[in-house]
Amino acid sequence: MMSTDLWFAVVGALIIAMALFTFIRHTHLLRRILAFNIMGSGVFLIMVGLAQHDQQTDPVPQALVLTGIVVAVSATALALIIFRRFYKASGQTQLDEDTEQ
Amino acid sequence: MSFWLPLLVLATSLVAAIGIFMIPENRHAVRGTFNLTAALIKIALIIWILIGVIQQQTFETRFTLIGDIDFILRADALSLLFAGLSSILWLCTTVYAMGYLNKAPHRSRFFGFFSLCVASTMGIAMAGNLFTFLIFFEMLTLSTYPLVVHKGTPEALRAGRKYLIYTLSGGAVLLIGIAMLHGLIGSFEFAETGVLSDVAIEQHPLLVFIFAVLILGVAVKAAIVPLHGWLPSAMVAPAPVSALLHAVAVVKAGAFGVVRIVHNVYGIEFAQALGVLLPLAIIASVTIIWGSIQALRQSEIKKRLAFSTVSQVSYIILGITLFGPIGTIGGLVHLLHQGITKVTLFFCAGIFAETLGAHKIKELNGVGRRMPLTSVCFTLGALSMIGIPPLAGFISKWYLGWGAMEAGMSWVILVLLASSALNSAYFLPVIYRLWFLPAPATWPDEKIPFRRMETNPWLLWPTIVTATFTVGAGVLAASPLSPLSWSALIAVREYLP
Amino acid sequence: MNLMPLLLIIPLAWALISLLAPRLPIGLLAIVGMLIQLFASAMLWFSVHVNGPESYAIGDWMAPLGITLIADGLTATLLAMTALIAIICAFYALFYLRQYPREQRFFWPLFWFLLAALNGIWLAADLFNLYVGLELLTLAAVGMVALTADKQALAAGLRYLYAALLGSLAYLLGVALLYGAYGTLSLGQLSNMLEPNITTQVALGLMTLGLLMKSAVFPLHTWLPPAHGGALAPVSALLSALVVKASFYILARLWLQAGFDIMPVSAAQLLGLMGAGAIVWGGWQAMRQSDIKMLVAYSTVAQLGYLMLLFPLAIGVSAISATLAWQGTMFHLLSHGFAKAAMFLSVGTLVLAVGKKGLDDMAGISRQLPLSLFAFGLSAISIMGLPPSGGFNAKWLLLQSAISSGQWHWMIVLVLGGLLTAGYVFRVFRISFVDGPPTDIKPTPLPLELSALLLAVIAIGLGFVSSWPLASMSVTELLPGGSL
Repeated sequence: MMSTDLWFAVVGALIIAMALFTFIRHTHLLRRILAFNIMGSGVFLIMVGLAQHDQQTDPVPQALVLTGIVVAVSATALALIIFRRFYKASGQTQLDEDTEQ
Repeated sequence: MSFWLPLLVLATSLVAAIGIFMIPENRHAVRGTFNLTAALIKIALIIWILIGVIQQQTFETRFTLIGDIDFILRADALSLLFAGLSSILWLCTTVYAMGYLNKAPHRSRFFGFFSLCVASTMGIAMAGNLFTFLIFFEMLTLSTYPLVVHKGTPEALRAGRKYLIYTLSGGAVLLIGIAMLHGLIGSFEFAETGVLSDVAIEQHPLLVFIFAVLILGVAVKAAIVPLHGWLPSAMVAPAPVSALLHAVAVVKAGAFGVVRIVHNVYGIEFAQALGVLLPLAIIASVTIIWGSIQALRQSEIKKRLAFSTVSQVSYIILGITLFGPIGTIGGLVHLLHQGITKVTLFFCAGIFAETLGAHKIKELNGVGRRMPLTSVCFTLGALSMIGIPPLAGFISKWYLGWGAMEAGMSWVILVLLASSALNSAYFLPVIYRLWFLPAPATWPDEKIPFRRMETNPWLLWPTIVTATFTVGAGVLAASPLSPLSWSALIAVREYLP
Repeated sequence: MNLMPLLLIIPLAWALISLLAPRLPIGLLAIVGMLIQLFASAMLWFSVHVNGPESYAIGDWMAPLGITLIADGLTATLLAMTALIAIICAFYALFYLRQYPREQRFFWPLFWFLLAALNGIWLAADLFNLYVGLELLTLAAVGMVALTADKQALAAGLRYLYAALLGSLAYLLGVALLYGAYGTLSLGQLSNMLEPNITTQVALGLMTLGLLMKSAVFPLHTWLPPAHGGALAPVSALLSALVVKASFYILARLWLQAGFDIMPVSAAQLLGLMGAGAIVWGGWQAMRQSDIKMLVAYSTVAQLGYLMLLFPLAIGVSAISATLAWQGTMFHLLSHGFAKAAMFLSVGTLVLAVGKKGLDDMAGISRQLPLSLFAFGLSAISIMGLPPSGGFNAKWLLLQSAISSGQWHWMIVLVLGGLLTAGYVFRVFRISFVDGPPTDIKPTPLPLELSALLLAVIAIGLGFVSSWPLASMSVTELLPGGSL
């Protein structure tokens, strides 16, 4: 029987791996933003899992995840704004260097 | 006061440089006055220090730069030899350059970097340790680059690039050498009999290696074959630059570096014991012969003079490698003699080019009658280079030959003879053309704005002054303040009592 | 009164003012704010210099939940450097942004957020606050890159943002693993607890990877040149001089305070190898650029490589060599900050005056803008590592370190790197000697030229007063692992 935190860690790692694959594989900028968010969720999952240590819940990882989510949301917002402006300015959904490949 | 004097000597040119950069381009009179005043103040300061040094005073500026390394400016007898030469020739060259660049653009830039270049030379002369030496050595590279590319033509830019590749690489190698030496023995200063004699015997092979690295670093500026390639290319620069670069600043900085490394870092006795002097003597000899042969093959006046410089600077290095006080005197005295002689020759070459448009040797036919004073100066310079008594060059060669005998390296005499023969071969035909061949109907590009004078007096007077030095240094060699006596004073101190 | 929280409160307060009251003269206000900031940083530096390291718990909450700030000698020096560079850049921006009225509105809030993030990173004592600082820094920096909102700027901003976010996640994952294993985030506590097991190594490896990405270390540097080369001049200066240094600073503290005996020596050598690659590749690319700002941006890539030499020179060697390497690297960080800011500002003035970015378009500019070229020249001396300059002293210390630990190969990298640098900076010097056709050159305000010159003079001056910052950087007793 797997312990809870290991279970969280394995699932988290799996999610990160899948998201990372998407991030590298896909050049569409919106997909990359999504991939980044999913990757973030994977990391948070691992962190929350660690909080389940020794019966009682450790408050620190919870606080960290909360901060992490705020940061991720702001980063996503910024990425979306810039992406929208970029799309308006160029009509592209990919960066120039990526389209050539 | 003895703390501030070396710094003041440096500051005269540094402040002059900053001031000149700030003076607007068209205020020529202000700039000229400012520049000459600075040059005169510098000479006065040097004389002040000179008197102090004779009375055994010490002048030293020192402050900590980084870790255990100090920035040291110190006026000893050897630094004064180089500093005195630079300051006097700075004055002459400045006067000459003011005439030469009359009506040319970018004069602020030119004179500014010119002063900066002299400041670096002063720093090199007075550096009290290798670290300080390196600072000014690199500063010299940077301040001479703008002078080499001054004309802004593609050719000048190419020469500038070549100059940089050579000198910056040299500087980098020197840095490695200094860092290695520092890593081996900690921080050290120049001392009269060297500082390395108590290094453990197991480290001696490493010391030999470091010696080679250090010499390689300074050899680029000293234009030792095969690292001399930048020098003939740098001839695209205006004549005063060639005069200053070749007679004083750059090549002498290299040669002076060799003197410092051999005498004040390794110590001549220790260098002899390590066995590093003979290879250096051989390299110097090869350079002397090779430079002379190349000079013979040139058809342009400035190119011929440039290769002649390659050859003549190695006389200094040859003198240093001849173990014994006489050889040292020969090398040191040549540092001065070659300076004043070569500056005269370049001044003359510049006058020929400016007044008559003559750049090639075959265009000099019969110039002697058109421009007698300049031609006399050129002839004196050339004869001094060949080593005709009683001119300055003769004194150098005499001492070098004597030193070679003392050191038991009589093959050096053969080198000296061969080189003198080659010198005659490339200078005598020029003298012959000047005086004995008929003048052509028209000169390539003659300018006749000067009514009674043969050329612009701003160009002529400095040339006459340096030519007089050439004669004076030879004729008055026995007087107590001659270059020879001063070199003898230094040489005696460098050998263990 | 403790100065440390003030260093965070000032920039945050000013950021809010600039954001919420854009009708105020926020540019002029920024200068006032920066003066206070500079003064506070100087006071802190002085206090640390005299009294030794200080710490401060925000709101009296203790770790792990509370936020503790620590100021040792290095921190104080970095804070002072940041304030000094930032105030000069702000002064420059005051005049420069007159050409960009729309961007001005957003520049100042971002500027202050950037500063808050930087100060937060220098002062942070635990890994998670460093993460928050890094993220705030990234968001502010990306915003500044995308400021002009044209296609190139936006693309550069996106590229930068993606790279930085990827880096942050790797870093955060590493932090999570470390917390799971040791139950603390304090760098000071971790340095005593870390054990060389696989979890620790994976965690440190992940964090290193993320930080390398954010510091644009070769071969992860591709986002940097478009971002730094394409931004407005004061932005480029801030990014190259300060922002990339923040992630490197974390990396250095992580490895030298906590991980020095955790990671194998070969990993340190690998980091050095990446640095060497950066020096060569960055230098080579800089030599090939036709756009003058891209040339300077690639120069940053190359110069970051020197910083990476810290790891092989300081890990697995004697204490003396390690100290020399540490001093040399931090001094390089300092002098490169000033020199590169000067370089970007002077180049920015040239581009503003000519209206084009091509190196060849600058011909004949020496008559109109001699001071800018002079400032470029002075900063280039430091960048090339020629004496006398801060860059040279840094190189000298690194050389001494390489020699004393017998690592000759890094010595050769150091020296060749200097020559390569000369290769590209002289391409710019060259243009001042070419008399091009007289182009129509816009007049530029003199303060632009003077601010670049001031920075360059500081970079050179560091060559003469290096004993001060070096002495101050050695004040680090507070952190247990920080024997360096």
